[in-house]
Amino acid sequence: MNTKSNEQLVKIRGLKIEGRSDETWNPIINGVDLDLNKGEVLGLIGESGAGKSTIGLASMGFCRDGVRISEGTVEFDGIDLIKASAAVKRSLLGKRIAYVAQSAAASFNPAHKLIDQHTEAPTQHGVSGRKESEEDGIELYRRLRLPNPDEIGFRYPHQVSGGQLQRAMTAMAMACRPDLIIFDEPTTALDVTTQIEVLAAIRDIVEQFDTAAIYITHDLAVVAQMADKIKVLLKGDEVEESDTRTMLANPQEDYTKSLWAVRSFERPKKPAVSTGATPVVSVQGVTAAYGTVDVLHDVNFDMHEGRTVAVVGESGSGKSTTARCITGLLPPRIGHIEFDGAQMPLDYRKRDKTQLRQAQMIYQMADTALNPRKTIGELIGRPVEFYMGLKGAEKRKRVEFLLDEIELEPSKFIDRLPSELSGGQKQRIGIARALAAEPKFIICDEVTSALDQLVAEGILKLLAKLQDELKLTYMFITHDLATVRAIADEVVVMKDGKVVEQGEKEDMFKPPHHPYTDLLLSSVPEMDPDWLSNLLEERGVDNIGDAAVDKM
Amino acid sequence: MSFIAWVITLAIVTFAGGWVFRKAGQLATSNAPYFRDMPYGVGVGYVAGGLAILWVVATYVASMAAEGPDANKYFFFRLAIHFLVLSAIAAWVFRVFGRAVGTEATKKLFRQMPLTASFGILTILIYAFVAVFAGALAPYGQEEILGAANIVAGGDPATGGNPDFPLGTDQIGRDILSRLIFGAQNTVGIAFATTCLAFFIGASLGFLAATLGGWLDQLLSRTVDALMAIPALIFSLLLMTIAAVWANKFGIPLTIFMVVIIAVIDATRVFRLARAVGTSIVVMDYIEAAKLRGEGLSYLIFREILPNATAPLLAEFGLRFCFVFLTIASLSFLGVGIQPPLADWGTMVRDLAQFINFAQFAPQVALTPLLAAGAIALLTVAVNFVVDWMLHKSSGLKE
Repeated sequence: MNTKSNEQLVKIRGLKIEGRSDETWNPIINGVDLDLNKGEVLGLIGESGAGKSTIGLASMGFCRDGVRISEGTVEFDGIDLIKASAAVKRSLLGKRIAYVAQSAAASFNPAHKLIDQHTEAPTQHGVSGRKESEEDGIELYRRLRLPNPDEIGFRYPHQVSGGQLQRAMTAMAMACRPDLIIFDEPTTALDVTTQIEVLAAIRDIVEQFDTAAIYITHDLAVVAQMADKIKVLLKGDEVEESDTRTMLANPQEDYTKSLWAVRSFERPKKPAVSTGATPVVSVQGVTAAYGTVDVLHDVNFDMHEGRTVAVVGESGSGKSTTARCITGLLPPRIGHIEFDGAQMPLDYRKRDKTQLRQAQMIYQMADTALNPRKTIGELIGRPVEFYMGLKGAEKRKRVEFLLDEIELEPSKFIDRLPSELSGGQKQRIGIARALAAEPKFIICDEVTSALDQLVAEGILKLLAKLQDELKLTYMFITHDLATVRAIADEVVVMKDGKVVEQGEKEDMFKPPHHPYTDLLLSSVPEMDPDWLSNLLEERGVDNIGDAAVDKM
Repeated sequence: MSFIAWVITLAIVTFAGGWVFRKAGQLATSNAPYFRDMPYGVGVGYVAGGLAILWVVATYVASMAAEGPDANKYFFFRLAIHFLVLSAIAAWVFRVFGRAVGTEATKKLFRQMPLTASFGILTILIYAFVAVFAGALAPYGQEEILGAANIVAGGDPATGGNPDFPLGTDQIGRDILSRLIFGAQNTVGIAFATTCLAFFIGASLGFLAATLGGWLDQLLSRTVDALMAIPALIFSLLLMTIAAVWANKFGIPLTIFMVVIIAVIDATRVFRLARAVGTSIVVMDYIEAAKLRGEGLSYLIFREILPNATAPLLAEFGLRFCFVFLTIASLSFLGVGIQPPLADWGTMVRDLAQFINFAQFAPQVALTPLLAAGAIALLTVAVNFVVDWMLHKSSGLKE
């Protein structure tokens, strides 16, 4: 890595931050110290609620509505940002300190072209004129390897893909050549193949301009590629801090070790399916269309009892559409779905209760999958009542049993609303609701991608336990290959609505691969801090991410 | 000094004062963040507000000394100030009361409540109480014609009042106070029933259109568009004229027709809102989950969608109630709404409207028709205060 000057840029001492809820101030950050030298990249990691973003914003002297900095100092290049006047902060923010948000799609103003938003900060701060900053923007787009750098800035945000927007936002942050950039989970919402491009671009540009950065993420493998040193946070407290290599090789605290250990969860291999066994669900030559455009092309695969089939691919590859065909939400144009060898009506409206009961779904966003106005008891009780006809005390008993199954204490949770639960607990309720129908087959649509690693691991273990107990069949839709490695028995790789490869998990992770599978596998960040450098060296900067996909 | 010179001086004082105020604040508090980061516009706002308060206080002091015809000038001003102060005190007391009495949840509600909302709730409670117990509260019947006519409000014989009729009587000798109280029952009661009907029609059709979509949605939405294209008041006047004939023919009270007509016209607005809210709810995963479970349409609409749409619908209910209430008052004012001898605030304003011309030299006389108008205005303002507060709460805004 490049040489570091020892000049200190950010100095945070004893930072305490409080948030207001229920008429009291609750601590969010309990006294954190942070040092950052010029040109240095600090990785902040921790699960959601650890206060990563809050610290990131506080290092700009800013806090969100309903939040206040109660104690401590934040110094940026010798200026106390907490005591600084609004005018002083205005002259710093955007010019010397920049911020890259998690969702570029939500952070760009959809009414203005990218380049107009890009030039706003330099012209407002008087760094350069509009014309120069426009040229500079195009140069930055080129350096960030955006396609058509001369032209892309003149598009509106909705005309540009997510990964490209994230890079355009990084370019925007660079517009005034700041001393410090705060990256708040810039790749969390992206596919692996897109993520790798953004990571390479960010790392490249941060090194080129010798910018200091605070990189916030919950993905350890990502932070290993980006940061010079790592700080681990837990519930507003610092757990430990050290440079990246030491941290990865030799974590000191138990919590850090447990974070590191998550990725080692793997289920034992199951015996092969006996030939001639009837699959629980069989997708037979399905071609489906939204309107007149075909999005699935002749998809075929089987799912057998007690096994997990992982369907992998990036967004838009047709994973979720296949699930919609199986459930009957989108009747296929050609082909059909078989349950236990019997053909199912294509449209869910034509299926009867017993048929509907067989296939249940668990959704990615537990927030939108659970009716926010119903208590946990009602949410789980409804399918029990609807399918099994249980009422009153019997229903309650069954709900309590199901809550026990998902390892939540019934007496404590049965009368709560979804908003009173954590993300992982909500996802467990989603599982219980699916189980309540006593199905044979469950579709898990990206069930862990919105969760922190430790919580996700808990969910995966729960799903594995339930599968062993109840002989369930899972269709596991995901884009995270670490999850596949942990839970799958068979893998189906999809691209552009076609199945490009399928087979046993062991075979999938061993070469030879289909080139697309190979790309997917190679794009998954590893805990090795040299992984990205090695990969770039090995494959060349034009053969990673979307650029490589486009060549196929 | 001429008017223009006054305006210019005032502007200079305000704009210079804004700067001085901010500077003084900075010096006095040794550069506290609030004054340090205060935009110039906020400083001007403080000074302009201060000047306005000064003017009100000065005028009030002047009004205390005024006598005779001079006092008439200040009559409504004094009334407004007294009313404002009294209602602020009442609202404050009510809030203190609410914070001390009740369950933990209601206490918390009152702790977070602004004064405007507590005033609104208090007013609505009083109106509801008066409407329900009108028969017991009113000193006379609403149709009762008492001997003395044209008695001025205030109950002071010196100005033409009579202590038996604290708010005076109308031109044929009916007690205004009793008619106001019965008016609460008639106007507010009918408006409430109409709004409920409008919401039942509008919300259920709106959710139906959102859930099913397709041609039913097109049919309903275009019908609603067509109905909304006709100006509401003119349309209801037209329909009321037709209904008046039917009312005689079939022996059904005209009021029933009015309720249905206004409900249908207002249901179009509710339909629009319910459909918009509904379409954003039906795309949620939990609706998909319910559909895949095989749930029927009524379960989807009433058990899954409706509970999630209550906040915007409730806020709309408040506003819609005001509009319905004003429409009824307008129709009554125009003579086709609630029919005499039933007391109604709209009709009361119309009957006594000519007295408003006396405002300049005999303000007590002009007050009589304005009492009913004030009752309408007060309820509208109160409902809006509560709705604003509810919207603010449900949007999760924090100060």
